[in-house]
Amino acid sequence: MVTQPNIIVVRFAELSTKGKNRKQFITMLRQNIQEVCKGFPSCKVQQAYDRIYVLVNDENASELMNRLQDVFGIATLSLAYQVPLAIDDIIDAAFTLIQKEPVSTFKVITRRMNKQFPLESDEINRAVARKILQETDFVVDVHKPQVKVLIEIRHHEAYVTVNTIEGAKGYPVKIQGKAMLLMSGGIDSCVASYLSNKRGIEVEAIHFASPPYTSDAAKQKVLDLAKVLTRYQPFIRLHIVPFTDIQMQIAINVPESYRITVMRRFMVRLAQRLAEQRRCKALITGESVGQVASQTLESMSVINEVTTMPILRPLVSFDKTEIIEIAKKIGTYDISIRPFEDCCTIFTPVAPVTKPLLHKAQRFESKLDIETLIEESLAATEVVMIRYNDAKEEDSFF
Amino acid sequence: MDAINQGIYLDYASTSPLLDEVLEATQVLLPQFYANPDSLHTPGSKMAALQQRARKQIAGLLGCQDHEVIFTSGATEANNMAIKGIALANQAKGKHIVTTAIEHKSVMSAITQLVDHFGFECTILPVDAKGNIDLHQLEASLRKDTILVSVMAVNNEIGTVFPIDSITQIVKLYSKAYMHVDYVQALGKIELQLQRVDAASFSGHKIGGLKGSGVLFKGQNVPMLPLLSGGQQENYQRSGTSNAIANITFAKAMRLAIESQPDSYHKANRWKQRIISECKQIEGWACISAEDASPFIISMAYPKVPSQIMLNALDQKGIYVSAISTCSTKSQQVSYVHQAIGLSEDRSRSVIRVSLSSMTKDEDIEAFIQAYKEVIFHGYST
Repeated sequence: MVTQPNIIVVRFAELSTKGKNRKQFITMLRQNIQEVCKGFPSCKVQQAYDRIYVLVNDENASELMNRLQDVFGIATLSLAYQVPLAIDDIIDAAFTLIQKEPVSTFKVITRRMNKQFPLESDEINRAVARKILQETDFVVDVHKPQVKVLIEIRHHEAYVTVNTIEGAKGYPVKIQGKAMLLMSGGIDSCVASYLSNKRGIEVEAIHFASPPYTSDAAKQKVLDLAKVLTRYQPFIRLHIVPFTDIQMQIAINVPESYRITVMRRFMVRLAQRLAEQRRCKALITGESVGQVASQTLESMSVINEVTTMPILRPLVSFDKTEIIEIAKKIGTYDISIRPFEDCCTIFTPVAPVTKPLLHKAQRFESKLDIETLIEESLAATEVVMIRYNDAKEEDSFF
Repeated sequence: MDAINQGIYLDYASTSPLLDEVLEATQVLLPQFYANPDSLHTPGSKMAALQQRARKQIAGLLGCQDHEVIFTSGATEANNMAIKGIALANQAKGKHIVTTAIEHKSVMSAITQLVDHFGFECTILPVDAKGNIDLHQLEASLRKDTILVSVMAVNNEIGTVFPIDSITQIVKLYSKAYMHVDYVQALGKIELQLQRVDAASFSGHKIGGLKGSGVLFKGQNVPMLPLLSGGQQENYQRSGTSNAIANITFAKAMRLAIESQPDSYHKANRWKQRIISECKQIEGWACISAEDASPFIISMAYPKVPSQIMLNALDQKGIYVSAISTCSTKSQQVSYVHQAIGLSEDRSRSVIRVSLSSMTKDEDIEAFIQAYKEVIFHGYST
């Protein structure tokens, strides 16, 4: 008799809508799960027709469950006992598991896929429930049970579990290809990254640094944020683009009220260039309509004009409080609110234009040597690879 | 190495030597990482990142959220913070506190202060000869205005283990009180039971961490008035420049303690049995710690040799044990824990406490048994 739950049952999300792409979905999800499992050397990933099983082996099951909860494409997860096809083993496993739960109400639910199994579903339910009723204080509630004991009778083995946890849902990351995220270090861009991951998009990030107007700590903040985001995508390529010279030129040549508009246009140009180099199919921003001056529909249209690439704005209709809620959930909020200036906040004019006109923006820009500024910036761009399981010098302190 | 380190140390319930792993980390950290983690420059934010990682690791080990971990200067502060802080923040709901007769001095005194100066009432649950409380009595003591129950997981003088899970269940079922647990002598020694507990105190230096490191776990929905007001440290709940290196290395010490807990428990059990089986042959000798007490704390009495004399005699042989709780050594009174379990004054004055840890070795136990017997058989009796 096993004493520890030994397997994690992974059920797929959104699969019913995928038709022919089913195979691709499962393969991608399996690869992503395998990537996560690299941090747990002894565990094994197995694929069945409609499930993926992760054998826990010597690993810490609850840590592994926590990690898997961050993998997109998973509908639900259960920590389960895999037991032989024998009613006594099934009863034992269910009994052991339910004793770990606070005493309340329960219901046994059996799915008997293997019709050769000598007992019918209802007989299995009764046999398991009898033992629990006789030896614990749990009572049956078939309508609103606090604890559901789930039993799956499959062809070679049975699975017994009591707690099914919600997965992250969505599509496996990478299934939709890559997009380039404009990452400021604020609250919104991280949430935009997370939501893009959720739809299966792999994210590369671009950050604009303006030293000495922005500090090293501000850059570190972005690195730390990217590190958190590797929970949802095993590694992130971060491009740190020097932006000081461009900002200086804008400050000299563009009237104050148009500086933000022109600055955003430069950012989009730079992002598009990098995106093309890196074979990204779209840009992603954390913009939300109406939030600040550069995020009015008029502004967006003037800024959009410099690119032909689609710009995805996953937060477009979110309220700030909703965005903060997600940021807290995904673990980026506390880092995002560290009080460092980013390149957007330093040159912020007192009264930015909220309804910029395209021809004016173009006229102001005509004084700048756009192509040279962009080339120089890109040439000095630094690339950092950030991995979830990066070993660091400081690891020895812990 | 000086003479102190060549002896055999059996006073781990008072404090512990540094773990090698903690020493190594401290030696690297101390010269370089001097910055204030609240500073915005690079050294400051590096420090903050390390301290945050430590907080996260501790939260992971305790099974709570990062922001529920509050770094303190030690368990005395953690106990004071939890008891006074929670009591004062919730006094509008009631002013009644329940605790037991054998809590640590820092719990007792904090509650006494609330009773003497702030108009609180306290029910102190008596214990039986083994140090156990009666759970029915606990249930009966809970009132409508009970706002806090503070119970230790393992007693520091006689090793009694309180059934925290059952106590918490009763407290939550029959009252609206918050549940605080002093886990100091349990960390790394027995399995922690934190389910539904609202606040819990831990000490770093008892498990091989640096002195001056402690943690209070406090559930995010538990109102608590800070004892130290000032800056933003610990989310405004404990102001004062962070003792970051102590906090960082506490995370390591806690991880090692919890990882080695099952193994150390097994060994300590064997050592306790070994000591008892050897000493029970001595006429008049008695083990004060109950059979089911924590095996890491073995309190014993041999009435013919008073504690102080036994302590000195063992000290001369290079074996370091303790008489009663080290926190009370300066008061000449008989231990209130001994009184609570009904130990006669005579016996109480002859009690010594041997306390063990994962650093203890088989040879230490054999050397103690030999020396203890020598002292008894070769005189010093009064």
